[in-house]
Amino acid sequence: MTQIVDRRLNGKNKSAVNRQKFIRRFRSQIKKAVTEAVNERSVKDLDKGEKVSIPAKDISEPFFHHSNDGYREAIHPGNKEFRQGDKIKRPESGGGARGKQASDSGEGMDEFVFELTREEFLHFFFEDLELPNLVKTRLATLEETQKVRAGHTSDGIPTNINVIRSLRGAMGRRIALRAPYRNRIEEAEAQLEDLLKRHSETDPVVIELREEIKRLKEKIEHIPFIDTFDLRYDNRIDKPKPTTQAVMFCIMDVSGSMGVEEKDMAKRFFMLLYLFLTRSYEKTQVVFISHHTEANEVDEETFFYSRETGGTVVSSALNLMKKIIEERFPISEWNIYAAQASDGDNWDNDSIDCKKILSEQIMPYMQYYAYIEITEDRHQNLWYEYSTLKDTWSNFAMQRIATVADIYPVFRKLFEKSNA
Amino acid sequence: MSRKPLSETSEWNFELIKKYHTEIARIAGDFGLDTYPVQLEIITAEQMMDAYASVGMPIGYSHWSFGKEFVKNEKRYKKGQMGLAYEIVINSNPCIAYLMEENSMTMQALVIAHAAYGHNSFFKNNYLFTTWTSADSIIDYLLFAKNYIAECEERYGEEQVEAILDSCHALRNFGVDRYKRPSRLSLQEEQARQRDREAYLQSQINELWRTIPAKEPVYSATDEAVRFPEEPQENILYFIEKNAPFLEPWQREIIRIVRKIAQYFYPQRQTQVMNEGWATFWHYTILHRLYEEGLVTDGFMIEFLQSHTNVVYQPAFDSPYYSGINPYALGFAMMNDIRRVCETPTPEDERWFPEIAGSDWNKTLHFAMQNFKDESFVSQFLSPKVIREFKLFSILDDSNEREIAVTSIHDEDGYQHIRQALSEQYNLGSNEPNIQVYHVDRKGDRSLTLRHTQFHRRLLAQSTDEVLKHVARLWGFDVRLETVAEDGTLLTVMECNI
Repeated sequence: MTQIVDRRLNGKNKSAVNRQKFIRRFRSQIKKAVTEAVNERSVKDLDKGEKVSIPAKDISEPFFHHSNDGYREAIHPGNKEFRQGDKIKRPESGGGARGKQASDSGEGMDEFVFELTREEFLHFFFEDLELPNLVKTRLATLEETQKVRAGHTSDGIPTNINVIRSLRGAMGRRIALRAPYRNRIEEAEAQLEDLLKRHSETDPVVIELREEIKRLKEKIEHIPFIDTFDLRYDNRIDKPKPTTQAVMFCIMDVSGSMGVEEKDMAKRFFMLLYLFLTRSYEKTQVVFISHHTEANEVDEETFFYSRETGGTVVSSALNLMKKIIEERFPISEWNIYAAQASDGDNWDNDSIDCKKILSEQIMPYMQYYAYIEITEDRHQNLWYEYSTLKDTWSNFAMQRIATVADIYPVFRKLFEKSNA
Repeated sequence: MSRKPLSETSEWNFELIKKYHTEIARIAGDFGLDTYPVQLEIITAEQMMDAYASVGMPIGYSHWSFGKEFVKNEKRYKKGQMGLAYEIVINSNPCIAYLMEENSMTMQALVIAHAAYGHNSFFKNNYLFTTWTSADSIIDYLLFAKNYIAECEERYGEEQVEAILDSCHALRNFGVDRYKRPSRLSLQEEQARQRDREAYLQSQINELWRTIPAKEPVYSATDEAVRFPEEPQENILYFIEKNAPFLEPWQREIIRIVRKIAQYFYPQRQTQVMNEGWATFWHYTILHRLYEEGLVTDGFMIEFLQSHTNVVYQPAFDSPYYSGINPYALGFAMMNDIRRVCETPTPEDERWFPEIAGSDWNKTLHFAMQNFKDESFVSQFLSPKVIREFKLFSILDDSNEREIAVTSIHDEDGYQHIRQALSEQYNLGSNEPNIQVYHVDRKGDRSLTLRHTQFHRRLLAQSTDEVLKHVARLWGFDVRLETVAEDGTLLTVMECNI
């Protein structure tokens, strides 16, 4: 007795548990790979999976087996010119006469490479940042969707029946199905008229013809007025929720005092804000402003990797930002966010200017302004000036950061606000 | 006889699968293939990848190594380096064969003939499978294993369970019995159980006495007569399961599960060439019969032959695609050759195969399928003609010599030698190191001594000390691994202290 079973609808993720176990086991290696990836990635490029490679020796499962020593005899196919008793130089790969195969992908044989999914990648990224779970879910889920109309389909639920379409279809079908009978009736009626001229009403020919006309009319009657086949339903599909656009300013002090480590930390800070913005807005632009004594709009590469020396004048960056807003981002169309990272060291008199520019010319147009001071020493003068802003503007946040785990509190309010 | 083909296009549907299956089953029956009932399951590519990761088993306990396997296959599949499964078939009753939904009708028919009839009849009739596996209960057992291990994870924590499984997997190949013990008379069995119970009680008492300082040892520690185990034991996992002092009952059960599953797969590892050769021979024969009867179209045959040719392709040793002898190619060639020897023997065949030359090919082939494994199959049936076709040659690689030597080629002098050497190559016993449980120091530090008897001066590979750590974890006390040369002289001792 044979059975054919359709298993296609059974779960396909049977291996998901094993995959999770695998990832948990190699946590530390994967985490290292994720950290490296984050450092290499662009701020805007966080939201995808990652190729992770783990040293093959970490991952191998040991078992008792022979090494290449000793002697053994092996059979190979495809002899061409060998004769019994020939001596051959030992091929480099060790055993047998097998040609050494180059790895085709550029991945060495001693690396085990696999893809982390987007979710898994973000999971590892968030881990360091100590985000509350609610925020994690919020950032990890894809954007909300909205049902929009998209034509008609032939199946659906009764509430979605489109009456006009359905009846129009029904009418068409009725006309089409009726046509052959109609033609025959017309023909028969003409014939009848003709016959009646020569025959009486009781003549069998006439009766038969009348019978036929009656039968045909009944057939027409029996064509259903509406059939399930005619039904049309309004179709609705998921469309990303339309939201407005946002621009994010990344401002960073690139004077000599900011080292690689500080910049990496700042990068995570910018990334997190960016991730948040992409969740809330359909379109997000990023503007990078780096400054020492003067400010420049730069590309991301320069932003994170160029090194400058010299003093620091923070107000130059703020002025530039103001100028860019005026020129390119009318506040009626853009939600403006800014994230500033600095070691807090500023030319003394400039800090007061900064405060003034911020409170008078920038903060009124800001959705949110976050400032982090990356330093382990005591607070610098900029910090004290900025502190007074905190009370006036509820959308101003600042924090001193020593480790990446300190980043989230800066945004706490931001996330709270939008969760509500 | 010409009939209307079963289908003209390459699309499949359930009706067609049923029709093809009926015809294939009929032809298989005509040829006398004896099979378990067939269950065909339609699955998707993702599900096929799941099946791959769990060694083809429909249900498996969860472990990270299967996740690793899955991740690896997934990557290769996405890159397009790997065509997915020609077929996966499960040695169970009913015999389950997977058909992938992406396949064309031709491929489905091929898989039905290959897996559901070829492999199926092999599973049901080959002596290794009938002796060592029980197709009726395997699915139930796997389900039991999965649930049991899940339950253990819940009770004792995933790390604990994972640790035990890791250790068991390291010894998986040393958890099989190679020689069936003669079945005992029931009385003897009863007595054995009785002895077990006594031994159990005794062990309880020993346990008691252990804590009291002994005045005089009952036996002297050097007494050879009390060697334990009395005979060296080759099934290391079995020995540990029964004798490790401090394992919890659930840990013993997990060892047993890994052991049972390894045992279940053991015949498959020993009959690759035969099993694939047999299945390939039958899909080839059955589909050709379909064609002769006019049930399939020319297009069907062309697609089938293309796929078949790929499967039985044997790259030469110097080809970049070479990775050893292709079991499909060798098996198919040998099966075909047996038929040829039976039907149209040459004088050479008369000399080499006097018993089978001219006999009924189907009977001879069935006899070969039922009573051999790769090793003996090759030594019995590899003909000079096949050796010539494959241009086989043997290479002796001795690490003491600077060069490797060609010991024989496909000529009159070489046939016999190549046959023997190839047979030896399929002998799992000599490919895997010979390591046995040799001694337990029961009166002393309870250390376990394994003995590796060298073969062809071959050494153990690097990962050996890792494996010893696993053995020590299971045993609970120190573990020693002695290596002795073939003549019995002790060469090296490795130790793993807990």
